[in-house]
Amino acid sequence: MADKVPLLLSLAVAIFALGLLGVVVRRNVLVMLMCMELMLNGVNLSLVTFAHQTGTAVGAVLVFLIFVVAAAEIAIAIPIVLLLVRSKRTLDLDAYTDLKG
Amino acid sequence: MNHLLTLIVLLPLAGFLLNGLAGPRLGKRFVTAVGCGLPILAFLATVQCVLTLNAAGDPLVERVYTWARIGESTFDVAFYFDRLTAVMTLIVTGVGSLIHVYSVGYMKEDKGYARYFAYLNLFLFFMLLLVLGRSLLVLFVGWEGVGLASYLLIGFWFEDAEKARAGKKAFIVNRIGDAGFLVGMFVLYSTLGTLDMDRINAAFMASPMPAVSASLVGILLFIGATGKSAQIPLYVWLPDAMAGPTPVSALIHAATMVTAGVYMIARLSGIYVHAPEASQVIAVVGVLTAFFAATIAIAQTDIKRVLAYSTISQLGFMFVALGVGAYGVAIFHLYTHAFFKACLFLGSGSVIHALSGEQDIRKMGGLARKIPVTFVTFAVATAAIAGLPPLAGYFSKDEILWFAFASERGGSPLLWGLAAGTALLTAFYMFRLLWLTFFGRSRMTPEVEHHIHESPFSMTSVLVVLAVFSAIGGFFSIPHFLEPLLPMPEAKHELHHLETPLVVVSVVLALLGLAAAAFFFGRDAERANRLRPRFAGLQKLLYDKYYIDELYDRLITRPLYWISDRVFLRIGDRALLDGTLNGLAGLAQRTAGALGRVQTGNLHLYALFVLLGSLACLLLVWRHV
Repeated sequence: MADKVPLLLSLAVAIFALGLLGVVVRRNVLVMLMCMELMLNGVNLSLVTFAHQTGTAVGAVLVFLIFVVAAAEIAIAIPIVLLLVRSKRTLDLDAYTDLKG
Repeated sequence: MNHLLTLIVLLPLAGFLLNGLAGPRLGKRFVTAVGCGLPILAFLATVQCVLTLNAAGDPLVERVYTWARIGESTFDVAFYFDRLTAVMTLIVTGVGSLIHVYSVGYMKEDKGYARYFAYLNLFLFFMLLLVLGRSLLVLFVGWEGVGLASYLLIGFWFEDAEKARAGKKAFIVNRIGDAGFLVGMFVLYSTLGTLDMDRINAAFMASPMPAVSASLVGILLFIGATGKSAQIPLYVWLPDAMAGPTPVSALIHAATMVTAGVYMIARLSGIYVHAPEASQVIAVVGVLTAFFAATIAIAQTDIKRVLAYSTISQLGFMFVALGVGAYGVAIFHLYTHAFFKACLFLGSGSVIHALSGEQDIRKMGGLARKIPVTFVTFAVATAAIAGLPPLAGYFSKDEILWFAFASERGGSPLLWGLAAGTALLTAFYMFRLLWLTFFGRSRMTPEVEHHIHESPFSMTSVLVVLAVFSAIGGFFSIPHFLEPLLPMPEAKHELHHLETPLVVVSVVLALLGLAAAAFFFGRDAERANRLRPRFAGLQKLLYDKYYIDELYDRLITRPLYWISDRVFLRIGDRALLDGTLNGLAGLAQRTAGALGRVQTGNLHLYALFVLLGSLACLLLVWRHV
């Protein structure tokens, strides 16, 4: 199991990087949200890996915390997206640049 | 009984509050009752205090409350009542009450009736604070307060910009003197640790003298006195102060406030006894002011202005007396002057009242028959100020002249010469005024002449009372009454035999002034008019008051304006202060404008920034670990 740690960490980094790239390049709001989830899960994976490696429960606990927060976050984010779409009938983020402060 | 002194001070304050707050609503009867009643009550209380003082012998002291306690030092508001205070308080409340009564008739038609009485009572309150205060600090509060009240009263008809400006001028000129007064107070406090005037006197009388130059303190305090008592170089406000209602001129600018400087110096005589240099300065300034103002008074044509310059001149006389150490005599002249000058001012008020507001003596004449009571009282007061025996002014002026000549503390023939010359001029210009106003043919317009009427009883009765006191006031010897407090200076021994000749000379001078005025201005001022073209230059110089106002304007006011405008306003305020602030604000604005472009609203860009930032952080950590 221990020899798989580098592999798992590489996977975590790959997932995180994939998510980040998605957030930066994709224009669809929903896809961006999903990419954010990917980033979170990449981090989660690394946390679980480290927890397993050190044999403590702290990492695992943190992962559950992140799940909860992520669920709450999505529960807020999806309605926001829905409202946005209702006003402009598009999922393209560039249409919403007039929201700047 | 114990708080009688406090009561004296507080009665006029109550009058001010009642009239100021409720007066306009409660009607004229109420205003009159409060405005005149409370000063009269204060006068009665003062009489009671004088009786107590005479019975007890010791000064009455009342501590009202502790104003401030700073570290070791405490500042009390306390009242102090000795013989000097007694004389002053009697004058202030007595003459003050009379003038209040006179005002009832004079101001009857004015729409600011309640406001007028409120201010008048306020003035009386501050004046009593000034006179009764034990500490210099309380005196100073009164000192500033009378300045304020005088400002309010001079500018009483403030709709007229000229009159409002006269009020401002009086206030500002006084402030210049106050600066010296304050510094003098600081010096006294820092060396003696007390501001109670009896203690200051005692400290200077004690055998180890305080480690402070008495002359320095004396001169600093005298600077304050030159402002309040209208001496060179700060006298310029007083003639302009005639813009106020005439009873105000009588109360403030003749009988009470302007004598504050004289009172203060007499009160602190302990200092001046040990300050020969300061005393010398006072005597010289006093005699120059007296002479100078008297020459100006000769050529003035406004009845009140003549009286104003005469007031300055008489105050100069008082300062001569102070300068040669005859403090009691100065107070004596103050006392007689209060009567005859108040009578003259109120008489002039009566004349102005009769002529529906005319103040130019060139447009008067022949009034003696038409307003006889005013004429007789005015004539008595004129004779008194000219120094004809046995009227009040004769006694006090004669003593001043004697001490100016023979005092061991700085009397000199030169001082006497100038003072005697002034006495001659005084007689001359006062009788000139009398002649031009009351004798000769009428020079009034028919319209004005038609309306001439003698003033109501409330005014003439006051005139009569004041005239009686101007006539007999001199028989009450104030210097003798004050002797235990303010000892008289020794007269030079070798000059004693000259005392009687000098009395004769001063009487002759007064008669000479009378004769000269009668000669020049009798028969409708025929001779004076014939003479005038020959002395046109001199006449103009005197009429324009030696151009002193213009001189001050050129030398002080305009440079000050220039500096204020160019240096302080344009460079200091606008360029430096505002410039710095505006510059900083502009910098912030421009920076924000430049940085604000980054905020495009494009989420991807933000994410990219986050990405780049994170990468930069990682790079940094990696490089340094």
